Amino acid sequence: MNNDTNFKRYLKLDLLPTPWCPGCGNGIVLKTICQAFDELDLPKNGTVVVSGIGCAGRSAGFFDLDSVHTAHGRAIPVAEGIKYANDALNVVVVSGDGDLIGIGGNHLFQAIRRNTNITVICYANEIYAMTGGQVSPITPHNTKTLTTPNGNPDRPADIQFLFKSNNCFFARTTAYHLNHMRKCIVEALKFKGFSFVEARTMCIVNYGRRLGYKNSNEMLLHYKEFYKINDYAEALAENEIGIIKSAPRSSDGFPSA
Amino acid sequence: MSTTFIEGSIAVAKTVAVSRPHVISAYPITPQTHIVEHLSELVANGELKSEFVNVESEHSAASVVLGSSATGARTYTATTSQGFLLMIEVLFNIAGMRLPVVMTCVNRAVSAPINIWNDQQDSMTARDSGWIQLYAEDNQEASDMHLQAFKIAENKDIMLPVMVCMDGFVLTHSFDPVELISQEQVDKFLPPFKPEYYLTPKNPLTFGTLVGPDGYMETRYFIEKTMHASLQVISDVAADFHNQFGRFQGGLIDTYKVEDASLVLVAMGSIIGTIKDIVDELRAKGQKVGVLKVRSYRPFPKDEIYKALNHVKEIAVLEKAVSLGYGGILVNEIKSVFYGKPKTPKINGFILGLGGRDITVDTIHQTIKETVKASSEEKFIGLNEALIGGK
Repeated sequence: MNNDTNFKRYLKLDLLPTPWCPGCGNGIVLKTICQAFDELDLPKNGTVVVSGIGCAGRSAGFFDLDSVHTAHGRAIPVAEGIKYANDALNVVVVSGDGDLIGIGGNHLFQAIRRNTNITVICYANEIYAMTGGQVSPITPHNTKTLTTPNGNPDRPADIQFLFKSNNCFFARTTAYHLNHMRKCIVEALKFKGFSFVEARTMCIVNYGRRLGYKNSNEMLLHYKEFYKINDYAEALAENEIGIIKSAPRSSDGFPSA
Repeated sequence: MSTTFIEGSIAVAKTVAVSRPHVISAYPITPQTHIVEHLSELVANGELKSEFVNVESEHSAASVVLGSSATGARTYTATTSQGFLLMIEVLFNIAGMRLPVVMTCVNRAVSAPINIWNDQQDSMTARDSGWIQLYAEDNQEASDMHLQAFKIAENKDIMLPVMVCMDGFVLTHSFDPVELISQEQVDKFLPPFKPEYYLTPKNPLTFGTLVGPDGYMETRYFIEKTMHASLQVISDVAADFHNQFGRFQGGLIDTYKVEDASLVLVAMGSIIGTIKDIVDELRAKGQKVGVLKVRSYRPFPKDEIYKALNHVKEIAVLEKAVSLGYGGILVNEIKSVFYGKPKTPKINGFILGLGGRDITVDTIHQTIKETVKASSEEKFIGLNEALIGGK
């Protein structure tokens, strides 16, 4: 990782600090997104950020780019609308797991089907954090949250297989694996078609501390110890992060027959 | 009965819990969340035998309670603002299927821009949905109103859903002394839910099926007729509640020092408390002022309001919602109360407190001054002149 500060050009520095709690991992993801923008030298006048509702949703306003803060769950169709109106724009969705996989889950599935050429970065903290810590669609089984005081009775969604269905781009990474996160975002942005990066990030205040983590660093160390990088695998195991393997694609970005 | 110093949301959750709902479904949204979090806790620790269903959106939460209610279960959900708007499609379905669901609409402003603070634009937007809408003045009333809501909704002559509207943060997040009702007392007040029509393989029924031009209009006619019939039921249930619990917060409306008033302020929700203070202050100075609380907004109690206000010279309607392109909503309906009557008072409308803008004592004094001075008119009160390029 270089110490280049060029990425800052994508941020409205005068709006900092962000509203996120001390120990929140969202800032790490936000910074890494900007570093990936910088690495690809995305034009500021040709890039749009769209976000939904929730902690991650607050990101849109911090980019020094055109941005839209949409209704809860609707970031993907709004982004698709922007892309279909002006194909020359780089359209990036930045939102959370509750927004993208929960309330907006159907849009995710339909965007995969349409293979719309946009990139989605999901700040995946496994919790509805903005509202105080309720169960999310990727909260692990048996985990205690404010709305599952006896442990989550449901299984978390493993969305990588949706992407396999139309040969779209899916990567999972974490806020500990900074270089890997940056690589995933860069490849997602370069991908011609629908791309999605599930960036695991820690919420200490409304999630981790209730699970026994003493601080945010312990959550980061959990990522370090739990996750192994397995790029270009056919599928990722529960403890693996990486970019899933893509089948060869035809020139229009769809899977070749 | 015991008085507890308690957060409004928790008081509501405890009252819903002793109402014995079979199914509760909700999605987190500020400032509703404390209500359903507390209910999920009561279910988890075994105090409440209910199914608590965490779902992926408010649209799903409303659909879950629709399905449960159709099987004859007593059901409850809660939401606010954007979540409420997302529910609206299903809210019409619930009313159309005549399912007595009870929900809390925590009142909050509507996007865009995003604003999580209190006004009443959300529930006012669903006034035509076929839901009975009751507005609570304080946390005691909000809590009691839920118990009344189940009884009104499940009355076999009504069978319409009831929405209890309470101001977000102002009520939900404030701590007040509230008398909580015990299970034993609730069981005396609220009988078990025994619908005449429900989904059972013994007697298959279809809910919400396609009805063409030959029959659809009659479904609306019957809901409208039932809404009118519910005026009496809402009053009766409030009277029953008064008899059993000794508390009366109004039936369809409530009035305070209106009998000999020449100027009356009309409003809904938590603002009523502030207005009462001002009424006392002005009465001490000899000004004949009163306040009328609209407690049941749907059905709209035209006759009761006319009876209470027909002697009044001036009316100021204060409301935290707006029909963009027309103006005040409640003021329009208060004006309609006097249509065709021999005497019409001067009626002024004020839109205030949108998106959580503070409603201070001064704001309310201003509405009274404007009403006394101006001819009948409607205006926004409390605007920031610097933001609108004013003087």
